[in-house]
Amino acid sequence: MANFFNRVRRLQSLSDVVSAARTAAAPLGGWLAFSFLAVARSAQAAFSRHFDSGYDPSPSSGRLGGAREGIVVRNLSVRYGERYAFENLTGEFAAASLTAVIGPNGAGKSSLLKVLAGVIRPTSGEVICSALPLHRLAYLPQQDELDREFPITVAELVALGAWRNFGSVRKVPPGLAASVHEAVAAVGLLTVIDRPIAELSVGQFQRALFARLLLQDADVILLDEPFASLDENTTEDLLQFLRRWRQEGRAVVAVLHDLDRVRQYFPSTLLLARVPIAWGDTSISLAGDNLARARKTVGPADGRIGRAA
Amino acid sequence: MSAQFTDLLIGPFETFGFMRVALVACFALALANGPIGTLLLMRRESLDANVLSHAVMPGAAIGFLYAGYSLTALTLGGLLTGLVVAGLAALMARSRPELQDASLIAFYLVSLSFGVMIVAARGSQADLMHVLFGTVLAVDVKALLLIASISSITMLAIAALYRPLAIESFDPAFLRAVGGGGRAFRAIFIALVMLNLVASFQAFGTLLAIGPMLLPAAAARCWTRKVWPTITLATFIGMAAAVLGLLISYYAKLPSGPAIVMGAGVIYGISLVAAGRTRVKPQGLR
Repeated sequence: MANFFNRVRRLQSLSDVVSAARTAAAPLGGWLAFSFLAVARSAQAAFSRHFDSGYDPSPSSGRLGGAREGIVVRNLSVRYGERYAFENLTGEFAAASLTAVIGPNGAGKSSLLKVLAGVIRPTSGEVICSALPLHRLAYLPQQDELDREFPITVAELVALGAWRNFGSVRKVPPGLAASVHEAVAAVGLLTVIDRPIAELSVGQFQRALFARLLLQDADVILLDEPFASLDENTTEDLLQFLRRWRQEGRAVVAVLHDLDRVRQYFPSTLLLARVPIAWGDTSISLAGDNLARARKTVGPADGRIGRAA
Repeated sequence: MSAQFTDLLIGPFETFGFMRVALVACFALALANGPIGTLLLMRRESLDANVLSHAVMPGAAIGFLYAGYSLTALTLGGLLTGLVVAGLAALMARSRPELQDASLIAFYLVSLSFGVMIVAARGSQADLMHVLFGTVLAVDVKALLLIASISSITMLAIAALYRPLAIESFDPAFLRAVGGGGRAFRAIFIALVMLNLVASFQAFGTLLAIGPMLLPAAAARCWTRKVWPTITLATFIGMAAAVLGLLISYYAKLPSGPAIVMGAGVIYGISLVAAGRTRVKPQGLR
């Protein structure tokens, strides 16, 4: 792992290149040096604006004492061609909340998370989220959307969470290795920290992604089926992080299937079946008649919801 | 190593200037193709690159039509249609994602036939062979300078942008969320691939340009999964294939471009068989 960080550090930052160019250009006379510098400066500025807007090494808004903000949605709809993924969603995922999104298959849960994360655009309606443009929003897609064969180690994957401290081209800050180590230890993966992700089990990989979330230090955290095909131990461990994030004032939204777990851990629930069926306290949202309505709206019932109800 | 054997290896390059220029051109291409090919495989975009390599054809053919064997005309024309096709392919991918593979194949076939028709309209059979398979031994100093410049630009760009380029292919949604630029890096990478295909075009032609880019990287990936070792190994394999191919073409009087690609193919085959046995089995559930 130390090797990786040394290698990244060796890549010169853009500002170093500019100062090196200035030294080299000095004997060429003032005008040439000046114009070269101006070009280099504006190129660097343009680069930062378009490709490196995530570079922002200031501490997170929560730690500054300022309040974190959640997400407000108004009349939100997403449509693929003729078919609505979901429509007419209005409400708020507040700061310091822990919301489960639950519903039959094809109810638009993943589409909702994608539109909240800014991955897809809403067909109509709006998403008000101050965390998104500030890159204080973390989104964990379903595992099968990631390339598990990609040649990257656990430490490297986790280090990406601190992206705002180094951005696309800057040097890695000196404290990164320590905080990566800490995050990897927190999810219990120290034994495999230098292994490539291809060698991890599904559960270990999800733990690594949670370690990345720890470093990301986001105000809003969106999780798409984070516990799918995980064993009981891993799920219990990772659920503790969700609780902790809520206590730290973050807005946490997770798509889930397991109703018992939702009742046990999630204070709020959004029951979605293409249209919002219920959104609020878990005990009220998951009342029997709401679940029945959710099943009827989408058609063939999701087995898990049918059983638990 | 006996003196006679050394003479067999070095002799052709000592005697003939064009052999030396060809070798240096292939080395320069290998330096850029190592990282480009490795990234292509990591990003699973080898099919896209193949389509791009044929997209060079119509533009190069039009350049040939108007200016004959002019390096500038061939290069600019090739770059132009290449970028047009890359843009069209990106548009298609966005509007009809379900047809992505089919439209890539369509672009590849249409570019190729269009190019062949243009060359055949004015040129001879030899011209057609030149455009399709290239002529490494006809690379002159001007072409060598072009290849070397493109190769240098490529290596500098990849060194500077390696981090976002790699992450964009692994987890694009994450890169967008943290403000790392997202799709822009895909465009930059495609432009780099285009540039290198145009550089290879002169030497290997439109049908084989992709060969020295992908085969060494594919062979290197048999031996290691780590990125920098793969890049280094791919570069050396590319160079070895160039020496091998040039010597074979010299002694057996065979076309040199195909001989070099064949050399890379043989190394890939050997790597597949030899490395498959020694590779460590991944542990874990998947």
